[in-house]
Amino acid sequence: MTQTRTLRRPTGGAVADTLPAIELVGLTKSFGAVRAVRGIDLTIAPGEVVAFLGPNGAGKTTTVDMLLGLSRPDEGSVRVHGLEPGHAVRRGLVAAVMQTGGLLKDLTVEETLRLTASLFADTRPVGEVLERAGIADIADRRVGKCSGGQQQRLRFAMALLPDPELLVLDEPTTGMDVGGRREFWAAIREDASRGRTVVFATHYLEEADAYADRVVLVSHGRVVADGTAAQVKSLVSGRTVRATLPNADQAVLQAIPGVETVEVRGDSVIVSSTDSDAVLRHLLTRTAARDLEVTARGLEDAFISLTSEGAQS
Amino acid sequence: MTTADLAANERSVPRFGSFNSTLVRLELRRMLRNRRTVIFSVVMPVLFFLLFGTGKSYSDESAGHGNVAAFIMVSMALYGAMLSTTGGGAMVAVERSQGWSRQLRLTPLSSTAYISVKVLVAMLLGALSVVVTYAAGALTGAHMDTSVWLVTGVAVWVGSLVFAAFGVFMGYLLPSENVMQILGPGLALFAFLGGLFLPLEEMSPTFRTIAHFTPMYGLNEVVHAPLTGDAPGWAAVVNVLVWLAVFVGGAVWRFGRDTARV
Repeated sequence: MTQTRTLRRPTGGAVADTLPAIELVGLTKSFGAVRAVRGIDLTIAPGEVVAFLGPNGAGKTTTVDMLLGLSRPDEGSVRVHGLEPGHAVRRGLVAAVMQTGGLLKDLTVEETLRLTASLFADTRPVGEVLERAGIADIADRRVGKCSGGQQQRLRFAMALLPDPELLVLDEPTTGMDVGGRREFWAAIREDASRGRTVVFATHYLEEADAYADRVVLVSHGRVVADGTAAQVKSLVSGRTVRATLPNADQAVLQAIPGVETVEVRGDSVIVSSTDSDAVLRHLLTRTAARDLEVTARGLEDAFISLTSEGAQS
Repeated sequence: MTTADLAANERSVPRFGSFNSTLVRLELRRMLRNRRTVIFSVVMPVLFFLLFGTGKSYSDESAGHGNVAAFIMVSMALYGAMLSTTGGGAMVAVERSQGWSRQLRLTPLSSTAYISVKVLVAMLLGALSVVVTYAAGALTGAHMDTSVWLVTGVAVWVGSLVFAAFGVFMGYLLPSENVMQILGPGLALFAFLGGLFLPLEEMSPTFRTIAHFTPMYGLNEVVHAPLTGDAPGWAAVVNVLVWLAVFVGGAVWRFGRDTARV
């Protein structure tokens, strides 16, 4: 796949000389025998909105932790706007919205923001971030009494305080209902449109598709694909047709437009294709196939096929 | 250079590792908002003083440079200050279990500034315990020479620093949100063995011997010395210094391990 970069920041030609917002080189990290990250190289330019997409356990959170300086890589380097993550954090260049925790239940929403603001050299006004995160109406509520979605928007407001160049979101909508999820993303999108670099880890393809310019697929601690949302979507948009067909002619099936792989297992044949209708039409009109079954190919299948391809090459 | 790179250079790191008065104020407010903290730090020592120190036949007997009511008042102030400072230090455990410590690592706040704020807030709460207990004593018949009020009060307050260190040590050792429920019975035992509730002379010889090695014993002797007029024994002074070293050492050790954990 080709790597594509959609730059939203309206700085035009100057972008070429810019330091990358994120530069990960040869990153690895193991926890005992578990190799969580097995060599990730990734460069993200300022202004990009990038989804870090992968199934649970792919190494997304481990990578995010290293990006934020919360853990140190075994090998490789991390640079955020040319700085070590810890330095970038202290300067308010990078801020993050973490998955869970990280809030004091006995403070109010506004107090949490005032406390956080007091820790940085320069911040946006508390009132402004309350508005932008859509929680101005619950400013006086105790954090412990806020819903999961409200707490997440508070984390977002906290992240906005230092006016970071880079915003990192780790599975930000886990545990939110559909409405909360939509509102949360509306706020993020609105913010990204101002030119901030946004990187979010997610295991929802729909989120990556709807909100990212660029999707980086991670599986088993490696980047397995990197491209536009449309490209990645096409990888996983196909369907699998399974049928009982003794003595199937593999070559003929392979020649049907849209067919990617044909697998024969005894009397069964499994065809994955981006145009399952054509496959079905062929099987029903030209062959004695029976017991036809069509299943949508999910993200997990795409990961499996991408990872096994990677292993073969 | 683009705006982003310029911004990177222009952005500054806060002074003093982000130690600031807004942080201290909000932390203090949080503490006082916690009903259990207020009950243990303020209500209990005053209540115990009123129960054991006032209206008794012995209350107005002499205890040196003041009366027995004052002696009991000093004990209860020490008890309250110990609960306050331990609880304040042990907040570390609560904040670790809630993921707040991790969140703070995404800010410029330095670990040293963080722990300084915890100890400062613990000591401010300890000061409140002492002031409130002493005020209750002054209003209900505790008598001491004027200078003794001041000297014992300051001694209790400064001495409770030992327990702020104990709290921080335990806060890093026990990864629990209910750390004070674990520490509470232990503190009550320390207070009992330290002679805060009952004079050590009334204990059995075995208990008395054990008591001399427990962390409240030395401090209790030292803070009462200005009132009784008896210089504290060497055993008491050594007791305070050893436990101070143990708790500060333990806190520094766990704190160092915590910040190195990356």
